[in-house]
Amino acid sequence: MPTTRRRSSRPAWAVLGERGFEVLIYLCGISAIVFVLGIFFFVFKEAFPVLRNPDFHLGQFLFSQEWYPTSEVHKRYGVLAMIAGTFSVTALAMVIAVPFGLGAAIYLSEFCGGKMRETLKIVIELLAAIPSVVWGFIGLTVMSRLIVRFTGAPVGVNVLNGGIILALMSVPIIVSIAEDALKAVPDSFREAGIALGATRWQLVWRVLLPAARTGLLAAVLLGVARGVGETMAVLMATGHAVHIPHSLLDSVRTLTANIAAELGEAPAGSDHYQVLFLTGVLLFALTFAVNLAADLVVRGIRRK
Amino acid sequence: MNSSPENLFTETPQVRRKLRQETCAKWVFASMAGLMIIPLLLILGYLVQRAWPSLSLGFLLDVPTHGMRDGGVWPAFVGTIYLVFLSLAVSAPIGILAAVYLNEYARDNWFNRIINLAVINLAGVPSIVHALFGLGAFVYAARFGCSIVSASLTLAIMTLPVIIASTREALASVPRSFREACWNVGATRWQTIRAVVLPNAISGILTGIILQVSRAAGETAPIMFTGAVFFKAVQKGAILPYSLTDQCMALSMHLFTLATQVPDVKESIPFATAVVLMGSVLLVNTAAIGLRLYLRAHKKW
Repeated sequence: MPTTRRRSSRPAWAVLGERGFEVLIYLCGISAIVFVLGIFFFVFKEAFPVLRNPDFHLGQFLFSQEWYPTSEVHKRYGVLAMIAGTFSVTALAMVIAVPFGLGAAIYLSEFCGGKMRETLKIVIELLAAIPSVVWGFIGLTVMSRLIVRFTGAPVGVNVLNGGIILALMSVPIIVSIAEDALKAVPDSFREAGIALGATRWQLVWRVLLPAARTGLLAAVLLGVARGVGETMAVLMATGHAVHIPHSLLDSVRTLTANIAAELGEAPAGSDHYQVLFLTGVLLFALTFAVNLAADLVVRGIRRK
Repeated sequence: MNSSPENLFTETPQVRRKLRQETCAKWVFASMAGLMIIPLLLILGYLVQRAWPSLSLGFLLDVPTHGMRDGGVWPAFVGTIYLVFLSLAVSAPIGILAAVYLNEYARDNWFNRIINLAVINLAGVPSIVHALFGLGAFVYAARFGCSIVSASLTLAIMTLPVIIASTREALASVPRSFREACWNVGATRWQTIRAVVLPNAISGILTGIILQVSRAAGETAPIMFTGAVFFKAVQKGAILPYSLTDQCMALSMHLFTLATQVPDVKESIPFATAVVLMGSVLLVNTAAIGLRLYLRAHKKW
């Protein structure tokens, strides 16, 4: 018997083709990095010239609430009012959505039976699919009328309206991620609790919530990220006043809505256009930070 | 006091209080879940009711008339279909291959952790920032102009991370023993993926992509400045009215325009547009969910 035998090899084109395909797969794999860098590059590229403009001050951009992009004599670009708008609407949305979202998640994962759970999860998934422009339309037509009727506010498109709409939009995300977090708590925790004679409520309050703490935090953070980044719904539901809101019934404008409303009117390459792109950079950085925080939190769970 | 054996299992006041709390908590949580869902169903029902006078097959197939104050939504509907199919034709292959890389080839090192982080962050980029990117990259830098191509590419990048995530999940659910069996008969990595992993994961991958159809159809902000227009004249009954370098109408954009920019629209028309948009999105999603339930019930392993 010969000690060495030639391996029957595949034809060269097959080997090369496979190699080529693996390179393609690798390229697609790194595409996500390319796109994230590309987004930052292109948005920043359009925004960059304004940073070197002597009339523009970054401090004024961030801390002034005077937004007069089309003024004839003295153009001023301060987005503080928009930042306040974004935060007030997002904060109100979270105040509404977090308790309801977590409550619904607890009900789904701990209290209700199999059939009910499947049905509710499907309903929630469908709710998450409703386009944001439809939400905005609901805010503009249904919600604003309700707000005018029940609060007597002169206009129905305001912080309250935007907050409610945004809350309804982010609840499905919060529910599904929070439910995953609760499900990730090992069953032995539940069994130990039940063996001690705890009711389900005691189990939830004393065992599951502390154990799933980080996952629930991640759910809230992703809800916040959605709120900060949402565009069409807040554009249609919050009114268009550029000022810092003093009550729930004040109209505001958010960072995202400001870009969507004014980009169409700003001539390409003008200061106004560049400032809007700079707002985009700011938004990108904000959501990047929130998403990164959520990811670190989730990673922390997995390591445990 | 009641510690004799026959009294061990009777209810003490404490137990009764405990059970009362339990029932109470259950109802509170159930009503929270209900409060979240029922008003929504009411709102959706209200939308349909307001839209009712305009809803008909003719509304779907007609073109807008009288300066968009009357008529139907056909050009917008077709535009949305164009955008959705083109964007998914780009993002689905890239997303699937990227997921194959991450799930089948990538080792757990710093570089691949950065890729994962990039995917997560790409998913979190606000849609209006995607619009800015599309405007800067496709409309100006790549000189595609405001066109269906630019808008579709922008949507493609937006849907990419979710396709990667759902495909990865589908690939990860194929048991490792399947792959090992294939490697053991001498197949290479790619042969294994092509012959064993992808065929077993294809249903999960498809479900993920179908769900993105509805997401791409519903987005407004990314296409607003990259290729969608308020109005474009289209012949009634035209099946393929747009070429790739044209701008097009889209349902989501059409709804936004009708609701905010056009004065004196017939009452029920924006409602009907909203219902058509929402209805098609929900229909596609229901199909995806149905497919998933069916496949889960008929799983081979």
